[in-house]
Amino acid sequence: MYTNQTVIFKNKPVIIGSYSIVGPKEGKGNFGPYFNYVMKDDSFGEKSYEKAEMKMLKTAIVGAIEDAKLQSSDVNLLLAGDLLNQIISSSYAARDFDFAFLGLFGACSTMAESMAIAASIIDGREFDTIVCSTGSHFSTAERQFRFPLELGNQRPPTSQWTVTGAGACVISSKGKGPKITMATFGKVIDYGINDVNDMGAAMAPSAMDTMLAHFRDTKTTPDDYDLIVTGDLGKLGSEILIDLMEDKGIKLGLNYNDCGQMYFTRNQNTLSGGSGCGCSATVLNSFIMKKLRTGEYKKVLFMPTGALMSTTASQQGETIPGVCHAIVLECDESVKDVKTSTTSNKNVKNVKNKAVRQSISKKNQEIL
Amino acid sequence: MYYLWVFLIGGFICMLGQVLIIYTNITSARILVTFVIIGVLLQAFGIFDPISEFARAGINVPIIGFGASLAKGAISGAQSKGLLGAFTGGLEATAGGIAAAIFFAFVFSLIFKSKTKS
Amino acid sequence: MDKIMEEKKRNEAYAKYVQAKIPKTKAWPSLFNSFLVGGIICCIGQGINDLILLWFPNMAEQSAWAYTLIVLIFIASFLTGIGVYDKIGKFAGGGSIVPITGFSNSITSPALEFKHEGVIYGICVKMFTIAGPVIVVGVVASFLVGVVYLFI
Repeated sequence: MYTNQTVIFKNKPVIIGSYSIVGPKEGKGNFGPYFNYVMKDDSFGEKSYEKAEMKMLKTAIVGAIEDAKLQSSDVNLLLAGDLLNQIISSSYAARDFDFAFLGLFGACSTMAESMAIAASIIDGREFDTIVCSTGSHFSTAERQFRFPLELGNQRPPTSQWTVTGAGACVISSKGKGPKITMATFGKVIDYGINDVNDMGAAMAPSAMDTMLAHFRDTKTTPDDYDLIVTGDLGKLGSEILIDLMEDKGIKLGLNYNDCGQMYFTRNQNTLSGGSGCGCSATVLNSFIMKKLRTGEYKKVLFMPTGALMSTTASQQGETIPGVCHAIVLECDESVKDVKTSTTSNKNVKNVKNKAVRQSISKKNQEIL
Repeated sequence: MYYLWVFLIGGFICMLGQVLIIYTNITSARILVTFVIIGVLLQAFGIFDPISEFARAGINVPIIGFGASLAKGAISGAQSKGLLGAFTGGLEATAGGIAAAIFFAFVFSLIFKSKTKS
Repeated sequence: MDKIMEEKKRNEAYAKYVQAKIPKTKAWPSLFNSFLVGGIICCIGQGINDLILLWFPNMAEQSAWAYTLIVLIFIASFLTGIGVYDKIGKFAGGGSIVPITGFSNSITSPALEFKHEGVIYGICVKMFTIAGPVIVVGVVASFLVGVVYLFI
């Protein structure tokens, strides 16, 4: 079933397994304890950083399949993408698996894009089990989009730090776990920003557009969600998004946050925060997934944004278009029931929600 | 005592580069190009040598000095050998620096590996 | 047509809003750092030059400067190789870009970075991705100046 840009799933595909792997710097960040695996060295025992990124994706995919307690022969399809030219990390990682592969490019929005597509396919009962994966690496992104690592230059205050990490999840038609209930596919939006060091400002309008479309299509409001989280708008971008939404008459409260902004601690010197495919993918497949499994979060709106630019386009004077896809994740009925039975009184439930919100806002303050 | 002049003038020129970075957000390639052109122009108008006399390394070490030697070589080449000198003079005067930069970059890139920032 | 105009207006308003929203960092600490480091690098250059003239008193001034720059280029290239120069650059900004050491760093760093693509297609081809324009513009400009001097 669909309205405009939003698909509402009848059969509610289930996320039955997830895995996240990050680099050493990310492991020291705010989400450090939640990750499945923290690499000791970000070359991951490989000769080049590109090879390390491939290995990271491979590890994440294997880890997610193991977490789902499946064999790789149970998997029908792999949906994956990354930031490198011709999405080499994903395709080369897929080379080592014995299932079909669809390569995606949604820049940093790839996690939601792949999950939305996987959920749509499974909802139509076409395939049974699909793995979604994406990742990024600081050193490969730096060299492709910016400067050599050893060049002695300064980063402007709006710049973000590409997260070294990969996340993967297994989506299936049956099983226990968080469910994907809705997906909003985003349009490409361009507000004419051409500063490659200011991705947050370039992507915020696309997040606004998708968010408005989502609330309009599903007739929900921000208060219906325990957590609304964007991918890598960073400190500046998420502030811009709050302003943009306020202009449209929707106030984003304490339940809104941004993965990039939360990712690193203050003294890790990442300026506007984290970015890259790995940023939203690792947060979703560790922190958010855990909270959904325990029922601490009941309903999460996950909407990473992607900047669809290349160095060629920006050298030719093109502006930076952005895209944002949103998916709604809900915790499993069984967990929901347990929680509601213990907190049967509606007032108590509201207090609980408030407490969760306060815990998020507290986290927010710690970071800022 | 002239070290004070070297420090002040050299520091001032580098600070101009930083001003460009802060207020125009340009990349290091553009900064280098800008300062090379400044050097060529200073030499072309004959201003470089009087400054160099008391600023010494303060103006010779910044990339302005590189631009000035390019221009100086081209000018003296043009005056002694004509058009051919205008072609060869610039690179002749700066060949040492360019060759050194290429040679050391080549050797060190064979020895070392680039490391991730933290 | 209206839509294009409207979009243009919207983009301009957005750009203005974003500019105002960008966090303003204080300029003077980074200006001071660049002044300090730039000054120190120049003083080191002067020191090298003085030593060369001390040891080889008969050397022409021009050659002494050439040797000085070569030594500075060597030091910067080495510091780039062992991964120190980018840390200096993070602190000093323009202070370590504008001196000849910055030129050396901008040649060595891409050479190191693209090592994995092989000696020919990696190191040799990519060596000038940043510093190439400096040589091109410098040579073009100096040739033009030389030609002007031919006629005066």
